[in-house]
Amino acid sequence: MRRSVFAVLTAALVIGMGTIGTGQKNFVARAQQKPETTEVKIDNFSFGPATLTVPVGTSVTWTNRDDIPHTVVSTEGVFKSKVLDTDEKFSFTFSKAGTYPYFCSIHPKMTGKVIVQ
Amino acid sequence: MADRVKDEILHDHNDDGIDRRGFLKCMAWAGTGALCVMSGGVLKSYSLSRLPDLSPKEALGELSFVQISDSHMGFNKPANPDVAGTLKAAVDKINGLSAAPEFMLHTGDISHLSKPEEFDTVDQILKSAKPKDVFYVPGEHDLLNDDGKQFLERYGKGSKGGGWYSFDKKGAHFIGLVNVMNLKAGGLGTLGHEQLEWLEDDVKRLKHSTPIVVFAHIPLWSVYPEWGWGTEDSAEALGYLKKFGSVTVLNGHIHQTMQKVEGNVTFHTAASTAFPQPQPGKADSPGPMKVPAEQLKSVLGITDVNYVQGQHALAVVDSTLA
Repeated sequence: MRRSVFAVLTAALVIGMGTIGTGQKNFVARAQQKPETTEVKIDNFSFGPATLTVPVGTSVTWTNRDDIPHTVVSTEGVFKSKVLDTDEKFSFTFSKAGTYPYFCSIHPKMTGKVIVQ
Repeated sequence: MADRVKDEILHDHNDDGIDRRGFLKCMAWAGTGALCVMSGGVLKSYSLSRLPDLSPKEALGELSFVQISDSHMGFNKPANPDVAGTLKAAVDKINGLSAAPEFMLHTGDISHLSKPEEFDTVDQILKSAKPKDVFYVPGEHDLLNDDGKQFLERYGKGSKGGGWYSFDKKGAHFIGLVNVMNLKAGGLGTLGHEQLEWLEDDVKRLKHSTPIVVFAHIPLWSVYPEWGWGTEDSAEALGYLKKFGSVTVLNGHIHQTMQKVEGNVTFHTAASTAFPQPQPGKADSPGPMKVPAEQLKSVLGITDVNYVQGQHALAVVDSTLA
């Protein structure tokens, strides 16, 4: 799994390098970050981190660590998990840049967003 | 007798039937068991232990029903590994009431994960209750994965839209509302335009003297919006009920008893039969609260409601399962 993410990142990097010179450095720095940043934990009725910034092509995994079920639902209808009971996971791969706000459709006060660059 | 006079409300400065001290007293009893009787426009409160002193008419009224809530069948975490057992204890409590209630209201979260077997288990347990009719409204846990299709098939016969309906019993008008569908990011419970229109129309024909009982899952008053404990458009719904002399609003969702009186409206939330939740803001989140096993039944419960015809009296009594 880690290997395939790396492959995607490398491919993205090659494309990125061909475009803008100044953005290149940041991109390299991001691509070298550890894969933990692709994890969102649901704890105490909140998403952590509430805002996650990832490169295009990243697969983000949400894990419910509460005693109560939650969902991960894109506000704009891009993705929608099934109900996640305790310790259940949901993953989504972001293939396009943009800002993706989402919430728990059971407890709509719980909101978060993924920024894909 | 002297004691009894002391426990009634004698000062009513605002002509709204409630004095502050009496209301606080009523609040303090919630959870341990309180009886609040609205009679002739005056709210009187008694502790549960004093019930034997009341005449049957005062205590029981002509219409008696019981509210249960938040059974969360399927929940199996440390806060209560046996929610079937505590629901059975609630049924035992109901069957032990001195006057058998005519019917039951279930204010939602029947199931924990909307699984068919969870609903089946609740149905099976409630069959042993003396009252045979149960009126349901859904909680958010009952509509998971299928937008409520299964809930409507099981419990929504004769209901409108997302499951709302009304019925009359002995001169009182009951309204079951659904405020757990189509929830918006960052928002609270919501009734929605279609349901509000239906409500306005539903109560149009009723006399102002008709006692109204509204029941819905999420509180229709702002208990603690930070935890989503409120309903976005409840003010509009309550606006249609302003003309009525007596309105009682029964909710669940927050797994604890709470009461508030505003004008002619009495708001009341019931305890869960499954597990308690913390008081508003008293924990990091509204997640299940673990209490020592021997205390669990003292924080779970049922709510018994009595109505005295012709006296505008609705009495709300909470009892724990302990």
